[in-house]
Amino acid sequence: MKLTLKIWRQENAKAKGRFETYKLDNISSDCSFLEMLDILNEQLVNDQIKLPVDTISFDHDCREGICGMCSLYINGRPHGPEQGTTVCQLHMRHFKDGDTITIEPWRAGPFPVVKDLMVDRLAFDKIIQAGGFTSVSTGGVPDANAIPIRKEDADLAMDAAACIGCGACVAACKNASAMLFVAAKVSQFALLPQGQIEARERVHAMVAKMDELGFGNCSNTYACEAECPKNISVENIARMNREYFSQAITKANRNQSGGGAG
Amino acid sequence: MRKTVVKLSSLSKKFFMAFAGLFLISFLVVHLGINLFILPITADHELIFADAVHFMTTNPLIKVMEVVLFGGLLLHAILGIILQLQNWNARPVGYKVSQKSQVYSPFTRFMIHTGVIIFLFLIIHFMNFYFVKLGWTDPPQGVYPIAGQHDFYNMALNLFANPTYCILYIVLILGLGFHLHHAFQSAFQSLGLNHPTYTPVIKVVGTIYSVLVTLGFISIPLYFLFA
Repeated sequence: MKLTLKIWRQENAKAKGRFETYKLDNISSDCSFLEMLDILNEQLVNDQIKLPVDTISFDHDCREGICGMCSLYINGRPHGPEQGTTVCQLHMRHFKDGDTITIEPWRAGPFPVVKDLMVDRLAFDKIIQAGGFTSVSTGGVPDANAIPIRKEDADLAMDAAACIGCGACVAACKNASAMLFVAAKVSQFALLPQGQIEARERVHAMVAKMDELGFGNCSNTYACEAECPKNISVENIARMNREYFSQAITKANRNQSGGGAG
Repeated sequence: MRKTVVKLSSLSKKFFMAFAGLFLISFLVVHLGINLFILPITADHELIFADAVHFMTTNPLIKVMEVVLFGGLLLHAILGIILQLQNWNARPVGYKVSQKSQVYSPFTRFMIHTGVIIFLFLIIHFMNFYFVKLGWTDPPQGVYPIAGQHDFYNMALNLFANPTYCILYIVLILGLGFHLHHAFQSAFQSLGLNHPTYTPVIKVVGTIYSVLVTLGFISIPLYFLFA
């Protein structure tokens, strides 16, 4: 395959970025998208004109669709043209010979560009730190059947927990909203008995942190759901809304730092 | 006032936005129901219209609801603007290439724009009717109050006699229709009401509602344009 790549290059967070055009030849259609970028980087090293060689930075780790590191905005869509896949699971056979492919980083205020196609997604970690956990003292492994859980709830919690925190929802949203991510993380606890103890503090703290970090609001456009590599449903956003309002009304607010009562 | 609104969380703002929106959605049905009696749908449509107007302008409960209505409208507009400004701020650098995802309503991207269209419509609408009712402006020439009551029927006829007004009315109402198409199902989602069985029903009802309300309002200027 012959390809023309338009790639966003930016030296660091403060630098003004630009698009650079690269030509690639002899790319196998069985090649994954990230392997194609590896080949391009190798070509940049081999063709080095000046040292040090400035290869293209992009996030990647497991390359099997479960770590949530890869984050490329390809031809106007997060994770490229295929539905329900991450960039690492995307293969070049989904492109045509002679295609021009534009690759951009995630664009959102809370996701500043680190270098080239790599963005800082620490904002997601901060949201998790605000309440995306259960405070369980470590000890022996609890018996799996000690707490009865409805099968449907267990399934829905598992669906929500499938979120890999890649940030495609933020990248896809016209408002750069993190609602789908936060909703998935709230839902996986809200659906299970273990999550009930800190339910109120969790949803309010996580939403407050999300707002504070400068993510946009939800317009119920559902682009997040359409682009999510793990097919997280927007039903989770409604569940988060329910959780937020019902916790505000029904539970006494003992912890004022847990966020506004709505 | 502004300070307390800004302090609301994103979810709370959306909650009040949806709540006020659903109230406005239900009000539109009442308004359309009365408006349709401008058309000769029954023999005594003029009388029914006058009776309805009399009820809507004098009933004490409606007077209270009027305050709620304007409050709701104002809240919806202010929250809408705040949310939109935050949304624009959330992505300081945009994409070079952007493809639209497969989403339910193509009008979701233009809620602020159709909202502004509705606001423009309301300004015209208030100047033509509401300010006359309040006595801030005089009724148009040739339309005089009957028995101390403003003759809204003839005021409307007066306006629809002008083809330019009719076309402007149709265009602005289309903006309202696009707004409503996204609004209906969106309000339920914001309130946390999403269910595998009922949400598809809500989406269908929302589409039917937005189409019927738009066609209903548009039918009046269309009648005067072509009949």
